[in-house]
Amino acid sequence: MGKAFTKPEALADAHTHYCPGCTHGVIHRLVAEVIDELGIRGRTVGIAPVGCAVLAYNYFTFDFQEAAHGRAPAMATGIKRVRPDLMVFTYQGDGDLASIGMGEIIHAANRGEKFTTIFVNNAVYGMTGGQMAPTTMPGQRTTTSPAGRNVEEAGMPIQMAELLATLQTPGYVTRQTVIKPRYITRAKKAIKKAFEYQVAGKCFSFVEVVSTCPTNWGMTPLEAVKWSEETLLAYYKLGEYKTPEQEA
Amino acid sequence: MGKKVLMKGNEAIGEAAIRAGCLNYFAYPITPQSEVAEYLAKRMPEVGGVFVQGESEVAVGYMLFGASAAGARVFTTSSSPGVSLMSEAISYIAGAQCPCVFVNIIRGGPGLGGILPSQGDYFQSVKGGGHGDYRMLVMAPASVQEAVEMMMVAFPLAEKYRGPIMILGDGLIGQMMEPVEFPDDLATDPSDKDDWATNGMENRKSGSRNLVKSLYLDPEQLNDHNLLLKSKYDQMKKEEIRYEAYNTDGDYVSLIVSYGTMSRVCKTAIDNLKEEGVEVGMIRPQTLFPFPDAAIRDAAVKPGCKTVVSIEMSMGQMVEDVERCVQGRRPVGWYGKCGGDVPTPEEIMQVIKEGI
Amino acid sequence: MQHEVMFAGFGGQGILMIGKILAHAAMEAGREVAWIPSYGPEMRGGTAYCQVVVSDRPIGSPIIKSPRHLVAMNRPSLEKFANAVKPGGVILINSSLCPDRSGRTDVDELAAPVTDLAKELGSVRAANIVALGAFVARSGIVDFELIREAVKEEFAQKAKLIPLEMKALDAGRAEAGKKQRT
Repeated sequence: MGKAFTKPEALADAHTHYCPGCTHGVIHRLVAEVIDELGIRGRTVGIAPVGCAVLAYNYFTFDFQEAAHGRAPAMATGIKRVRPDLMVFTYQGDGDLASIGMGEIIHAANRGEKFTTIFVNNAVYGMTGGQMAPTTMPGQRTTTSPAGRNVEEAGMPIQMAELLATLQTPGYVTRQTVIKPRYITRAKKAIKKAFEYQVAGKCFSFVEVVSTCPTNWGMTPLEAVKWSEETLLAYYKLGEYKTPEQEA
Repeated sequence: MGKKVLMKGNEAIGEAAIRAGCLNYFAYPITPQSEVAEYLAKRMPEVGGVFVQGESEVAVGYMLFGASAAGARVFTTSSSPGVSLMSEAISYIAGAQCPCVFVNIIRGGPGLGGILPSQGDYFQSVKGGGHGDYRMLVMAPASVQEAVEMMMVAFPLAEKYRGPIMILGDGLIGQMMEPVEFPDDLATDPSDKDDWATNGMENRKSGSRNLVKSLYLDPEQLNDHNLLLKSKYDQMKKEEIRYEAYNTDGDYVSLIVSYGTMSRVCKTAIDNLKEEGVEVGMIRPQTLFPFPDAAIRDAAVKPGCKTVVSIEMSMGQMVEDVERCVQGRRPVGWYGKCGGDVPTPEEIMQVIKEGI
Repeated sequence: MQHEVMFAGFGGQGILMIGKILAHAAMEAGREVAWIPSYGPEMRGGTAYCQVVVSDRPIGSPIIKSPRHLVAMNRPSLEKFANAVKPGGVILINSSLCPDRSGRTDVDELAAPVTDLAKELGSVRAANIVALGAFVARSGIVDFELIREAVKEEFAQKAKLIPLEMKALDAGRAEAGKKQRT
C-alpha cells in the first residue's frame, strides 16, 4: 500500500510562519504539486513579493528571487526575456500587486510576458498589520480605515481579474479560491492550466486566489471563511475571465 | 582595434555593450540618451539580443535585477530623473549582489531641470541614490572613445564585484559625435554564475537551489552581510582607482580637479595658461568611486602648488571629496555652473588667475 | 590649427547631416573631430544647429562660443550667430531664404542662393549639400574629394540620390568660385 499523503518535492520540509486559518500554505502546496506534476522544478524560478509571502522562498525547493514591493512582474519579465526556457512565476498579495505594483502587472500582462502570476487576494495588507488594501471591501474596517472603507474617498475595491481581462493581448485570467475543500480542486486545475500555458510558451497567465486573513480581520478562522465566502465571493466572482483561445 | 568610425556617444555606448558581450538591454526613453534605445532597437535583433522598452524606469530597474539574477549580462541607460526612479532597484541589486551596468547621461536638475549637460548627479551616483549602505563603482568618461572603453570593462567589473556599476556621462558625452575604435581586446565572456544565480537548478553541477535576496531579518546576519559588501568596496579602493594626471610632471601653481566633459574644457584652459606662462596641473578622476584620494592629495601638496580648485558642472559636490583628500593642507576652492551652459576655457583661466 | 564651424538653420533642412559629413571627411583626413548637435524640443521643427570642431591636436573643450565659420541656412541663424564668428572666418548665407547680410567687414562673407540652386537641380532637399559644397570650397577646411566620398557614404542607403548630391556639391563649389571674396 502506497502512502496516501506525501509532501510534494517542490515544497520544503519547513514550518511556515503563516497564521492559523491563513490560506497561503494551501496555495503554496497547490503550486508545488503542479510544479512536481509538470516536472519543471529544475527549471523553475519563483519570485517572492513583499507582504506575508515575503519568505515564501523558504517553503519551496527551487530557485527563488525576492522582489521589491510590487516589482515582481518586472523581474519576471527580465528573467523570461533573457531565459525563455525557465519557468517563472510571481507570487503576490493584494497590496503588492494591486496597489504599488499596479503598473508592473498591467504592463507585463499587456506585453504578454510568458510567466505566471499567483495573486492572493485577502482584502487587506497582512504583513504590515492590517491596513486598507485596494481590494478592501466597502465598509470593511482596517487599521487605516477604522470607520470602514469609505468609497467616497477610497473608491471601490479593484477587481484585478476583470481588469486584466479587458486587455486586448491574449492571456489566461481566472479567479479561484481555496477557502473550502470543494474549491481547492478547481483552484489547482486553474493553477495547473496557468503553468501549462507557460510551458507551451503561449501567454501570460494569472490566477487570482480569494483568501482569508483571520488575524487582521479580527475573526476566528471559521468566521473568516464564512465572511470570505459571503462577502468577498459575492464581489470577487469565481471563474475564468479570459483564455488565449478567445478572440481578442 | 577596428577601423575608426564617427559615432554619437549614445550609439557608441550601445555598440560597446554588444562588443563587450552584453546582449540584453532594457530601457525607457528620456532625453538626452534616447538614441541608445533607438540604436539598440535596430541592433539587438541583428545580433540575436534582447531589447525591451519597459513601462517606466522603475520597472526597467527590476527587469535588470531579474535578468541579472538569472545569470545574464544586462544593462540599461537613462538620464537623471530616470536614474532617480531606478535608484530603488539599484539598492536592491546592490543588496542582492547582482552584476548590472547602469549608464547615466546626466541632464540638469533638480526635478525636470533641463536637458543640457550637467554633472549634478555626482552625489546621487557616488554617495548612493538609493537607500541603505551600498556603494557603486562609478566611472566617468571624458570622450566617446573613453565611454566605449569604460562600457567594455564595466561588465567584467560588475561580475568581479557582483554589484551595480555606473557609467556617469553627461549630455554632451551622449550627444557628441567623435571618432571611435572598438577595442577587440576588451571583449569578455560572461563569468560562471552557477554558485549564486537563479538560472535553473537542473543546469547546475551542484544540483542545489539558489536564492537571490536582500532581506536579512536577523540583525547579526544583516551586519555580516553589510560587512561583506563593505569588503568589496574596500577592495575597489585598492584595485580599481583610475585617474589621469595632466601637466603635473613639472611645477605648477594651482591644481584643478575635474572630470568628464568639464575636464576637457579645463585642459584647453591649462594649455592656454601655459602659453601665458602660468603652469596649472590637473587630476581627472576616471573613477568617481573609488575616488583617487592619494593622487589628489599628493598632487595638491606638491611644493609650489598654492591652491586647489574643483571645477564641476554642479554646485559644489565633488569639492567635498577633494577637501577630504587635501585635508586642509591647501586652500580648496570650487567653480561650477549648472543649467547646461558649460563653462568656457576663458572662464576657467580667469578663475585660476584670481585664485593665485 | 583648429577650425570650428557652426551650421544653423530650420529643423528639416539637413543641418545636422552636413555637419556630420564634414566631421566624417575631416576624420578620414586624419584630423581630430567632434560634432555637437543642439538637441531637445527645439529640434522638432524649430531651429537646428550643430557645431563641428576640426583640429590637428586632441580637442579640449568641444563647446565653442565663438566659431571660426558659420553656415546660416536661414535668417534667424544669421541674426543669432553672425556676431559670434571670429574675424577671418567664412560666413555662408543662404540668400534664397535670407535677404540680410552679416554686416561684418572682418570676415569672408559668401551669399549663395543654395535653396534655389537645389531647386534647379530638381530637389530642394539638396540645398544643404549645395551649401556644404560652397562652404568647403570657400574655406578649404578639408580636401573636396574627401567631402565627395563622405557624402557618398552618408547616402549609401539611398544610393539613387548620390548623382544628385554630387551635382549639388559641384553647384555649391561653382557658386563659391564665382563670387568675389569680400
